[in-house]
Amino acid sequence: MRYDMSLPWWSWALMGAGLVAFVIMIAASIRRNSGVKRSLFAAPYSLWMILFTIVPVVLIGYYAFTDASGAFTLDNFRNFWDSNYESNKVILDVMGEAGADYITRGTVNVDTLVYSLWMAFLCTVICLLLGYPAALFMADRNMKLGSSLVVLFIIPMWMNFLLRTIAWMSLLEDSGLINTFLRWLGFDGVQLMYNSQAVLLGMVYNFLPFMVFPIYTVLSKMDYRLSEAAADLGCNSFKTLYKVTLPLSIPGVVSGITMVFMPSVTTFFIPRVLGGGNTMMFGDLIESKFLTEGNWNVGSALSLIMMVLILISLSILRKADPNNDGGGIA
Amino acid sequence: MIKFLKRFYLGIVLVFLYVPILVLIVQSFNAGKSRAKWEGFSLRWYVELFQDERILNALYVTLSIAVLAMIVSTILGTLAAIGIHAMRKRPQALMMTLTNLPNTMPDIVTGISLMLLFIFTKVDRGYLTMLLAHITFDTPYVILSVLPKLKQMNKHCYEAALDLGATPMYALFHVTIPQCKQGIITGAMLAFTLSLDDFTISYFTTSPLVQNLSTLIYSSARKGIDPSLNALSALMFIALLILLLIVNRRTASAD
Repeated sequence: MRYDMSLPWWSWALMGAGLVAFVIMIAASIRRNSGVKRSLFAAPYSLWMILFTIVPVVLIGYYAFTDASGAFTLDNFRNFWDSNYESNKVILDVMGEAGADYITRGTVNVDTLVYSLWMAFLCTVICLLLGYPAALFMADRNMKLGSSLVVLFIIPMWMNFLLRTIAWMSLLEDSGLINTFLRWLGFDGVQLMYNSQAVLLGMVYNFLPFMVFPIYTVLSKMDYRLSEAAADLGCNSFKTLYKVTLPLSIPGVVSGITMVFMPSVTTFFIPRVLGGGNTMMFGDLIESKFLTEGNWNVGSALSLIMMVLILISLSILRKADPNNDGGGIA
Repeated sequence: MIKFLKRFYLGIVLVFLYVPILVLIVQSFNAGKSRAKWEGFSLRWYVELFQDERILNALYVTLSIAVLAMIVSTILGTLAAIGIHAMRKRPQALMMTLTNLPNTMPDIVTGISLMLLFIFTKVDRGYLTMLLAHITFDTPYVILSVLPKLKQMNKHCYEAALDLGATPMYALFHVTIPQCKQGIITGAMLAFTLSLDDFTISYFTTSPLVQNLSTLIYSSARKGIDPSLNALSALMFIALLILLLIVNRRTASAD
C-alpha cells in the first residue's frame, strides 16, 4: 500500500505514559490539598486538542512537504503554481532543451484560488450590504421587535443546509418555479442555474445569518443614549449612523466578515449543486485531490496554502477589532 | 413611513430565507416525484419515510451522534472552561489560542486533517470516528459560551464557600456550576445544533457504510433527492419549532 504507515509503537507508549502521568498528577493533588487544582480541569481538553487538532494539522504539514515515498520535497507547492509540473518534468527529461517549446504552465489551481477568493469577496460584500441594515433595523429600539425576530433568523438554519440548497434548484432550474412563472407571464425562460450567479446566490443565502447575528449582538448591546446624544447635539440620522453607530459596530462587522468569508472560500457543496460542473471552487479542488485523485501530498499543500491565506486575512481583520469583542452566534 | 419601509425590508430578507423551506415542505406533500410539477396532495412520502431503512438509519446516526457529542463536549468543555479560567495569564492565552484555532480553520481542512489522522493511525472510519470528530469541533463552542459566564461571576463567591467549610468539589457543584448554568445550556444547544447540521467534517470522517442525514443527502443529490428526505426534514423542522415554542412559553412564564 502506498500510504501504509501505522503508528510506531513508541508513540502509543508515549500516549500511554502521558495518560498515566495525568492520572498520577490528579491523584497527587487530591491527596495534597483535598481537591484538584482548578487549572488541571483543562487537562483532558488539552490532551484531546493535542490529539485531534494539533496532530492532524501537523500531519497536513507533513504530507504537504513530502512526496509519495515520504522524502522531503517542495514539488507539491510547485504543483500548485503549475498544475502541469509533473508532465512538464517528464517532457524536459525526455526531450532535453528542445522540450522547452512544448511545456506550458497549467494555471488551473491558481485560477481556482483566485476565483474562489473573488466569489467569497463578492459574497461577503453582498451579505454585509444586505445584513447590516437588517441588523440595524432589528436592533432599533423604536421598532419594538426584540428577540422574537432573532429567532426567525435562526430557525431556517435548523433545516439541513444541503436540502435548503437543493430546494433552490427547484426554484431556479429550467422547469423550475421562477421560469414557469415567467413563461406563464409570457416571457422567455431564463438560464438561472449552473453559473456563477447561482452559486453566489446560494452562498449569500446560506451565510447571510452569520453576518446578521454578530452585528445585531453588538448593536443591541450598544448604549442607545449615545445616538440620542448625537441627535441632541445636532446630528441628523445619517450623520448619527455614520459617526456613532457605524464605528461602534465595527467588532460585529469584523466577526461577521470572518464568519461569512471563511466558509465561502472553502464551500464545495454549493458550487457542485448550483454551479453544475461549470464552477470549480477551491474547496472543490481540495476535495477532488484527496478523494478522486488520491493525491494527498498535493491536496495537503493546497489545504496548507488555504489555511495560511485565511490566517493572514484574519490577522489583518483583527487589526480592526483589537479587543476581539465581536459578538458570535450565541 | 420610514418604520414601514424598515419592516418591509426585514420582511423581504425573511422571505428570502424562508422561500426554499416552504418549497421543500410543499414538495413533501406532492404526490409525484417531480420537483417542479404538482401532481396533487398526498402523504405518500411520509408513509414511505417510515419504511425506508436507509433514511431511518441515517436519522438514528445523526441524532445519536448529536446527543452523544453534545453530552461529552459539554462535560469536557465546561471542565476546560473552569480550568482555563483558573489559569495564570500565559497558559490561559495559550489555551485560548488553541480553542480559537478550530474556528479559524475551514471545515474542509478540519475534516481532511482528521481523515489523515484516522488513516494514519489505522482506525477504520465509521461511527466512532465521526463521533470523535463531532466532539472535537463542538467542544470549543461550549468553552466559548461558558467562559464569559465564569468571567462575570463574582470570584469571591467561590472563596467564601471554601471559607465557610465547603470542600472544593462541593463548592464546584453548588456555587460555580449553578452560576454558569445559562452558559452551559447555551453551549450544549449550540453543540447539538452544529452537530445536527454538519456535513463537511462528517463527510471526511466516516465511511460510505455509516451515513448521517447530510452525507446521505449529498450522495443522493446527483440522482435526485428522495422526496421522503423532504418529508423527514419537514417533520424535524416542525418538531424543533414546537420545541422552541414550548421553551419560549416556559421561559416567559418563569419571568
